[in-house]
Amino acid sequence: MTDWPILSVTTFLPLVGAVFILLTRGEPDMVARNARNVALWTSLITFVVSLLIWAGFDSSSAEFQFVEKAEWLPSFNISYHMGVDGISLFFVLLSTLLTPICVLASWEVIETRVKEYMIAFLVLETLMVGMFCALDLVVFYMFFEGVLLPMFLIIGVWGGPRRVYAAFKFFLYTLLGSVLMLIAILAMYFDSGTTDIPTLMKHGFHPSWQIWLWLAFFASFAVKVPMWPVHTWLPDAHVEAPTAGSVILAGVLLKMGGYGFLRFSLPIFPEASAFFAPMVYTLSIVAIIYTSLVALAQEDMKKLIAYSSVAHMGFVTIGIFTVNRQGLEGAMIQMLSHGVVSAALFLCVGVVYDRMHSRLIDSYGGLVHRMPIYAVVFMLFTLASVGLPGTSGFIGEFLALVGAYQANTWVAFFAATGVVLGAAYMLWLYRRVMFGKLEKESLKDILDMSWREVAVFAPLILVTLWMGIYPVSFLTPMHASIDKLIKDYEAARSTASLTIEPPTIMLARLVGMGETR
Amino acid sequence: MTPTAVPALLPALPEIALAVIAMALLMYGVFGGERSPRGCAWLAVAGLAITAVLVLVANGDRAETFNGQFVVDGFARFMKVLVLLGSGLATIMSMSYMERERMERFEYSVLLLFATLGMLMMISANDLIALYVGLELQSLSLYVVAAIRRDTVKSSEAGLKYFVLGALSSGMLLYGASLIYGFAGTTSFVGLARLFAESSGAAPVGVIIGIVFLCAGLCFKVSAVPFHMWTPDVYEGAPTPVTAFFAVAPKIAAIALFTRTLLGPFGDLVDQWQQIIVAVSIGSMVLGAFAAINQSNIKRLMAYSSIGHMGYALVGLAAGSQAGVRGVVIYVALYLFMAVGTFACILSMRHQGRLVEGIADLTGLSKTHPMMAFMLAVFMFSMAGIPPMAGFFGKFFVFQAAVQAELYSLAVIGVLASVVAAYYYIRIVKLMYFDEPIEALDQRIGGEMTTIMFATGIITLLFFVYPLPLMNGAASAAAALFGG
Repeated sequence: MTDWPILSVTTFLPLVGAVFILLTRGEPDMVARNARNVALWTSLITFVVSLLIWAGFDSSSAEFQFVEKAEWLPSFNISYHMGVDGISLFFVLLSTLLTPICVLASWEVIETRVKEYMIAFLVLETLMVGMFCALDLVVFYMFFEGVLLPMFLIIGVWGGPRRVYAAFKFFLYTLLGSVLMLIAILAMYFDSGTTDIPTLMKHGFHPSWQIWLWLAFFASFAVKVPMWPVHTWLPDAHVEAPTAGSVILAGVLLKMGGYGFLRFSLPIFPEASAFFAPMVYTLSIVAIIYTSLVALAQEDMKKLIAYSSVAHMGFVTIGIFTVNRQGLEGAMIQMLSHGVVSAALFLCVGVVYDRMHSRLIDSYGGLVHRMPIYAVVFMLFTLASVGLPGTSGFIGEFLALVGAYQANTWVAFFAATGVVLGAAYMLWLYRRVMFGKLEKESLKDILDMSWREVAVFAPLILVTLWMGIYPVSFLTPMHASIDKLIKDYEAARSTASLTIEPPTIMLARLVGMGETR
Repeated sequence: MTPTAVPALLPALPEIALAVIAMALLMYGVFGGERSPRGCAWLAVAGLAITAVLVLVANGDRAETFNGQFVVDGFARFMKVLVLLGSGLATIMSMSYMERERMERFEYSVLLLFATLGMLMMISANDLIALYVGLELQSLSLYVVAAIRRDTVKSSEAGLKYFVLGALSSGMLLYGASLIYGFAGTTSFVGLARLFAESSGAAPVGVIIGIVFLCAGLCFKVSAVPFHMWTPDVYEGAPTPVTAFFAVAPKIAAIALFTRTLLGPFGDLVDQWQQIIVAVSIGSMVLGAFAAINQSNIKRLMAYSSIGHMGYALVGLAAGSQAGVRGVVIYVALYLFMAVGTFACILSMRHQGRLVEGIADLTGLSKTHPMMAFMLAVFMFSMAGIPPMAGFFGKFFVFQAAVQAELYSLAVIGVLASVVAAYYYIRIVKLMYFDEPIEALDQRIGGEMTTIMFATGIITLLFFVYPLPLMNGAASAAAALFGG
């Protein structure tokens, strides 16, 4: 183990780069070039540092590793507490992997306010990494909410025509969810006297409290995931955001919800999680089937992929709430896979959008004749999204469905229809964009991918195949933490002295919330 | 003065000093200060600074004087420093405005000093009479300041409105005080506290009615719903530096007075007044959030925003606990920096030499004035309560107190209102960052403005790095109020 604060370095290194960019002065061209280079190198170094976390990670331990603790608000028992376990490790890596890719993908596309753009992305990286490492609820909440600010600006400043609407919707939707979580955090603090996450996991809240706290956390995470019916901000945000913004949105921001369920809902509120699991299954199945059908009807490529994200995240929420090893690890792999694959698909859309400035499926067709490399790359990620064996998508969906089958066969049955529908809309999209005759006049001289673009996709292809062919390297570090999660969950469920009261009584008490204790 | 009288007055030394300085400044102004109002203003700032030093050097124990009518404790000292800081910054911010608008008058600075003196008296009031005297000294000075631009209809209207409604609220407050005196037999806070402690929370109905009237009067001063009607008009009508002054120091003083009055003498009657404060607080938060949405004038917007903020501060008071007071203190302290900073930005909004107040004038500000736009964005996000800005911590601690007091519905309504309020704050960010500039504002921003904008902006942005000093100060201030 290292004795230098590796997590803090990973978290705050991008911020150092951002300050550097902020301080550059001079000709606009030079400043822009500088900003790009600084952002790229900072995010690459951050990625390398985060690889050291993986290298030094002890897979046999379920405890939090690389723990750092410093006093922050001692009088309130709130401290700056960081650490990673098998659950958060890969999310940190996902964030640090996608940031340099985003910077590279925006290299030529972003021409206005390059400096501010790069600063926004570096700040975003700090917030994302910090959020996954935080082991104190207040610190976590600050990172979690803080993510809104750069993302709001990225969508609003560099977005498409309806960016203002999309940015506001994104901001207010997610804020509405999170503030309820804030109240729950305060209530937990009041009950337990601490906001330290490892301590809270052992605290054991009263079941009737758990219900309310779980719902408040659910409000926040369900919006982030997003689950049906609070997913409507996502298609708007994705469509209007610049390509790199969509990449981060799909790649990391959606995972914040799933991570939240794994980190908070299951271990801290086991009773309530079991109680609400049927509801989560139902919402997830509706999400999978409904949004898949919606995706079939889309004319806009980005919107189609956005709806497919909602469907894919449905598998994740099902997997999480099965609380068995296959389900949880399937959910984890599905999240990582989706983080890479949907990010790559948005980048694929970005490639043609940068050339033609259109995202409509109708304006393309027959691209394979002019862009063979692009066609191969797009194919690979389409199949990964569909869940072809050998790609990461297969492992995730398969494990999640196996887990679901153990928990409830009907859930597995309905969820599996989503796989079929997923194949339908993705392959149909591919056919309409790639195959057929190249008839459109405007597409006649479209160019294939440049070296920069190939460099953007190369790491994503590598990860997708690696995860699909040899998922063990990703599963091994998770095992211990996942097992511990399941063990604690089962233990809490069996020792719970009180069962949860039926929903009717709960509703009756809605009026006098204070008496539920 | 006999030698024994001197130490007895020592706790009130800052107030005495400020009174003497203000009167000396008046004399200086009359006999020659006409020529240099800026000098007068700087002297006033120096006077405030001296007072602040005197407040800070006094030893930390609780002390009373003037027959127990005047009290100094940790809470008073903390709030006084905030008020003096607010007044000082507002005075500095008004200088160049006054010169540019050709209304440099030394009386302005002197009036601000007297108003500040009234506020210090309010904070230290330990008796219903002393409370009233302090409040009136502050109010009368403010009425005049609101109407200082006597040639414009708007300013006179603002002054008149403020005066009429303020007099009404003073009347209500006085009526409440007389009811309390009639039924309890004393006006002293200590005496009242002892009385209700002995009766263990029971009070004659006359006292309860008296408290209601007292609360009504105080709600007017902090501009809480339903006594907020004057705020938008006065904010809009008064000259902008005056509005900047109104938004900060008097609010802090009134909140401090409110806190001391309810928790000191009526601390044992918390069950009686808690629901009033809860209702007022919910009303203010909700109205502040919804009414601001359609505003096009930034000063009116700030008026509604301040109504909302006072609602949040009252959440802490509604909790009626030490944690609640701590929350209130933290909230107003952070509000001071945000509000002063925002007004520094508003005072820098000039178009061809004239001050503009339309929200639309901020369009595209990030292209023309990147640093000012960034600072204003920081203030807006902070006011919306988005972490890691300072405003988040204010909300965090008041809601923490509310949850601790099991006022869940208050807390939930509060955070939901904050989401609505976030809409109009981020709308300003949208105008500055998402839209293209139409007519650029003037490039030149005064040196004082830039300094204040930066200083408050940095505090707001980086507060999370080292929040300890304020937290500890607020904690000991709250403890002082409960320990006495």
